[in-house]
Amino acid sequence: MKERIVVEAKDIITRFGEHTIHNGVSFKIQQGEIFGLLGGSGSGKTTLLREMIMLQKIQGGQMKVLGVDVSQASHAQAQKLMRQWGILFQFGALFTSLTVLENVMIAMREYTNLPDWIIQESAHMKLSMVGLPTKVATMFPSELSGGMKKRAGLARALALDPKLLFLDEPTSGLDPKSARAFDELIATLRKTLGISVVMVTHDKDTIENVLDRFIILGNQKVRFEGSMEALRQTTDEELKNFLN
Amino acid sequence: MKQKPSLRLDIQEQTALVLLQGSWVKERIAALCKTDIPIAPSRTIQSYTFDFSSIADFDTHGIMLILHFAKTLEKRGQTVVFQGESPSMQQLLHICDTHYPVEEIEEKKGIFVLDSLENVGRQSVEGYRTLASFFSFTGELTHACVAAVLKPLSIRWKATLYHIEQSGAGAIPIILLTSFLIGIVIAYQGATQLEKFGANIFIVEMVTISSVRELAPLLTAIVVAGRSASSYSAQIGVMKITDEVDAMRSMGFSPWDFLVLPRLFALIVSLPLLVFFADIVSVFGGMVIASTKLDVSFVEFIDRIKQTVALKHLVIGFIKAPIFGAIIATIGCFRGFQIDSSTESVGKYTTISVVNAIFWVIAVDALISVLLTEMGL
Repeated sequence: MKERIVVEAKDIITRFGEHTIHNGVSFKIQQGEIFGLLGGSGSGKTTLLREMIMLQKIQGGQMKVLGVDVSQASHAQAQKLMRQWGILFQFGALFTSLTVLENVMIAMREYTNLPDWIIQESAHMKLSMVGLPTKVATMFPSELSGGMKKRAGLARALALDPKLLFLDEPTSGLDPKSARAFDELIATLRKTLGISVVMVTHDKDTIENVLDRFIILGNQKVRFEGSMEALRQTTDEELKNFLN
Repeated sequence: MKQKPSLRLDIQEQTALVLLQGSWVKERIAALCKTDIPIAPSRTIQSYTFDFSSIADFDTHGIMLILHFAKTLEKRGQTVVFQGESPSMQQLLHICDTHYPVEEIEEKKGIFVLDSLENVGRQSVEGYRTLASFFSFTGELTHACVAAVLKPLSIRWKATLYHIEQSGAGAIPIILLTSFLIGIVIAYQGATQLEKFGANIFIVEMVTISSVRELAPLLTAIVVAGRSASSYSAQIGVMKITDEVDAMRSMGFSPWDFLVLPRLFALIVSLPLLVFFADIVSVFGGMVIASTKLDVSFVEFIDRIKQTVALKHLVIGFIKAPIFGAIIATIGCFRGFQIDSSTESVGKYTTISVVNAIFWVIAVDALISVLLTEMGL
């Protein structure tokens, strides 16, 4: 199969008022890749992620996601695009008025014509996949711990079998064991469903074990693009320190 | 490219080959989900072989449906074997199989009578608990109040002034407008009645006493309850959701001093001031109607006020104002602290706080009105 680009950023410029976050950020994400957005605090990783999912406007350049230019997309194009991606927000962002199960079911209910029993079963399956026990399904988000909210958020992101998964700090706030299980889950999902994953992360183990390639943002630019191996061979002191 | 998913049955004596074809993806499988399984039960067949080799496309929903069929067959006592899966499909099958919901998903079906009885019980207990926690809240509030009054330097004056500006000064325009209209309404309705028996001049007592003693304070309190009780509840509630209140507590800042007392003092101070404006404007509204409809000039009107309207009416109005202010602030803050971590409860308790505040303002007003009249004031 021909290698396809799922996300293409070209000379992205982002400004908040006078404050410039990105000044000419460019990179490409291939299909089936697990791609990381790294960088220090305030380097605009999450902003970049939000720009990909149309929650934030860019001031210059071009952002193409699944072949669609997000700043030029029509309403219908945007709607179609949104059904093809799943997003895990940093703190889960579950709908507090719905139970965990309903949170996972809602997208399937809105966007498919499947009967309720199969939606329910598949929601239960997704919850079990992300490692949540059955009894959690009927609970409300306010009754869950931070880690559980995150898992439930991932189950919701996976509900429609997305082609592209955006994760904002997926392992932060998880205990080390759950964090590794989470990494494994993401790797398996990529292998089986061919999902491409874009994540913002700080977790060193995740960076080493799961990411195929990543970019490191700094000084409004892409400081580094490539794999862990390439980073180890770099001579740039600042980049070397980034890992330690 | 995306064909309809289908099952083809190939029966040979005791075994059957189930050939799965087409795209088993969520957009296409709806038609196959109508029944538990599209394979009729058969006594002779002991084992089914699911052949995956001609599946064009699949996702977790499709895989789940296939697993559902397999499990239904197994429940009938037949064995199911899979063959021809691609490696990635095998992996997904494995994952889906491990996580297939084992327990029957039971739906709770309640009996109406029992449910409603349960609701009544739940509501009563909840009501009792709310009452108890309200008493505990007012108790702590009183304690905090006394402590603050004994040590006035500990009062957050800046925050208090901020709330006076927001809840007091900010409410002036709407209070002026409503009071003026109320003055007009009383005078207008009174004028048509008084005109009938030529008692025009009594419009003065009618407008002035009813305004300054009852309507201006009540109306002001209702407007402030609508504006401020809701905003206090929402502010405190959202601070609770974002853990700001906990952060405050853990840093040794008492939420009473920082959140509740400034709001309480702000309303106690600003309500009498607002009532003062409301008094003037509503009487002015009455004067306008008196001069246009009843030929009672402004000068006559004011002279008559001096002669016949006792000062006590004005004083009673002013005494009620801070009481209303305290009620509104207490209820607004109390309901705010009841908000828990769901966004829904913000809406719920904000609404309750306004309804409660308005109700208690009116109830206390009625109580004071009866009490003072019985006392001959």
